[in-house]
Amino acid sequence: MNNATPLLHVKNLHVRYTTDEGTVHAVNGVDLVMKKGETLGLVGETGAGKTTTALSILRLIPDPPGEITSGEILFDGHDLVPYSAMKMRKVRGNHISMIFQDPMTALNPVLTIGDQISEVIRLHDRLSRSEAYGKATRMLELVGIPADRMGEYPHQFSGGMKQRVVIAIALVCNPLLLIADEPTTALDVTIQAQVLELMQNLRTELGTSMMLITHDLGVVAKICDTVAIMYAGEIVEYGTLQEVYNNTRHPYTKGLFGSIPKIDVRERRLKPIPGLMPDPTHLPQGCSFHPRCPFCTDQCRHKKPENVLLYGDHFAKCYYAEDGLQ
Amino acid sequence: MKELVTVKYLKKYFSTPKGMLHAVDDVSFGIERGKTLGVVGESGCGKSTLGRVLLNLLEPTSGEVWFEGENVAAAKGKRLWELHQDMQMIFQDPYSSLNPRMSISETIAEPLQIYSVYESVRELDERVDELMDIVGLARRLYNVYPHELDGGRRQRVGIARALALNPKFIVCDEPVSALDVSIQAQIINLMQDLQEQNHLTYLFITHDLSVVRHIADDVLVMYLGQIVEQCAVEDLFLNQYHPYTKALLSAIALPRVGEQKKRIALKGEIASPINPAPGCRFAPRCMYSVEQCTVKQPQLREVAPGHFVACDFAEEIS
Ligand SMILES: Nc1ncnc2c1ncn2[C@@H]1O[C@H](COP(=O)(O)OP(=O)(O)OP(=O)(O)O)[C@@H](O)[C@H]1O
Ligand SMILES: Nc1ncnc2c1ncn2[C@@H]1O[C@H](COP(=O)(O)OP(=O)(O)OP(=O)(O)O)[C@@H](O)[C@H]1O
Ligand SMILES: [Mg+2]
Ligand SMILES: [Mg+2]
Repeated sequence: MNNATPLLHVKNLHVRYTTDEGTVHAVNGVDLVMKKGETLGLVGETGAGKTTTALSILRLIPDPPGEITSGEILFDGHDLVPYSAMKMRKVRGNHISMIFQDPMTALNPVLTIGDQISEVIRLHDRLSRSEAYGKATRMLELVGIPADRMGEYPHQFSGGMKQRVVIAIALVCNPLLLIADEPTTALDVTIQAQVLELMQNLRTELGTSMMLITHDLGVVAKICDTVAIMYAGEIVEYGTLQEVYNNTRHPYTKGLFGSIPKIDVRERRLKPIPGLMPDPTHLPQGCSFHPRCPFCTDQCRHKKPENVLLYGDHFAKCYYAEDGLQ
Repeated sequence: MKELVTVKYLKKYFSTPKGMLHAVDDVSFGIERGKTLGVVGESGCGKSTLGRVLLNLLEPTSGEVWFEGENVAAAKGKRLWELHQDMQMIFQDPYSSLNPRMSISETIAEPLQIYSVYESVRELDERVDELMDIVGLARRLYNVYPHELDGGRRQRVGIARALALNPKFIVCDEPVSALDVSIQAQIINLMQDLQEQNHLTYLFITHDLSVVRHIADDVLVMYLGQIVEQCAVEDLFLNQYHPYTKALLSAIALPRVGEQKKRIALKGEIASPINPAPGCRFAPRCMYSVEQCTVKQPQLREVAPGHFVACDFAEEIS
């Protein structure tokens, strides 16, 4: 493996879903670079195309109705888009793991929790049945579930407990890249902190890179190195954590920060971004955020802005990114 | 001070291969009409079970749930069905709580049809349109099926469905966790508006402590099936007495660079809810625990006006 090539380089990715109600333009020209060992936070509106982007990297877009229409996904320098199903299965088994947003898609309802975790361990590490079971028990305890629950079935677990089982399963594979789709949304903050630490340890010990999809800006602040903000299928702002949080340039990103309830004061009303998310079958002309943007001008309505490069790698897709918005 | 919901000694046990699992273990509290009670606690501590048992969607093992002078826990069949018109639930999981074979409009219309609220199809359609507008779902999605929707839109369907019958009381189980922060803010504003207009009462389960602070009047902190701390929401943020609550608040991830709090890490083995040992359930992980804690179960007691804590050493460690 060459250290100069980024671990992941997504170039101009387009993904759409063809449905009876029209064509959903889910991902519209995403560019992303992840270095080895880096943790990237992918944040964005519900329906912005975060899960679709992640599934594309794993080539797990349901086809039909979904389809990667163009773009490259370079993983350690090799484009995954043309890979055969068999080759892709190897990549997924050995190099890229995903924690799915919906834990039930990854869990088998008729197998006990213990059997499911040990099964994965056995496939991966070629251990004996009892060794694998022992390791599975330790993994379960690591995510905060007592060992006497190994024999239960998924439906007997709470939402957050299922999520933790899925995390345990993803971690036993020691992947190069871990894509975690909302891994901690169903977890309380103490368990969340514990799970995030577990993931960080994985990174320091094994150099695992992680793409963390979340809308929790607190979690991002805690563990991410870089942040990508997604809106209507595009990355509208990208940069280091420090840059995106303290030198925010895209009005959508500003709106996100503005809508979080404050922990230290109680406000009477929250301030969401005005307007509704765009209809992905009929995206607006020009900048897709313009109908909701307080700074919108004529040119925003007609022509899509390009990436404006700011400090370092920091960029924002906004005509006024350089001036800074007041 | 009129309570709409009063819960007394409520218990829900599940039988598992290893023994009885105490999911909700002797919980009592009340919610005044028009107020919001926030429920927080460790994942798996029994919050969703509490919500379900309150509405008798799951039959309680024992205990009472009084709603407008009637014990919901004892209601059965047709009467329970009638009560559910006034008591609804927004479910935690936007994936498995929607029927995959029903379109969005059918899903929202279903409760209205089951309860024969409208005589004409036109009125029904109008109400479905109205509900879709209220929760911000585009008309284009009328005939779409849940699998075609992202998590946030699915959750809106669940909310529209819960609102359909104009209930008086709603158990909201993590209603905004799957949503991005802007839509979260929209939905929370919406729920607060609906509460003001219709005098709705909420039991609001969430992991997000800043959301609790914003929306709740009072709050319950649960640990392994029991209430460990209960007070007005402002008091909780001013002063926590229970060691678990302290750990919980210290673990909040702030959305700011380099301003993370010093987290009180919980060590030790997590006690199992199956045949729990006597004594305080938090004791194995508590840095203050002494022998007494592992022998005698602490009772909820008032340590400051309106502030209840289940820890015998609350004052000393605070
Ligand atoms: N199987 C599908 N068929 C049709 N449309 C789909 C399908 N899966 C996703 N979509 C649509 O594609 C768009 C992007 O969805 P995606 O799930 O990637 O969003 P997301 O950013 O992950 O949102 P969330 O934060 O709510 O999970 C949405 O408009 C969604 O409705
Ligand atoms: N049907 C069931 N059978 C057996 N055990 C169950 C069942 N449903 C829940 N439990 C157990 O009851 C306990 C409480 O579960 P519950 O879903 O109420 O937790 P929760 O506080 O809502 O957690 P989360 O925050 O993760 O959603 C857990 O230990 C869970 O495994
Ligand atoms: Mg998603
Ligand atoms: Mg729950």
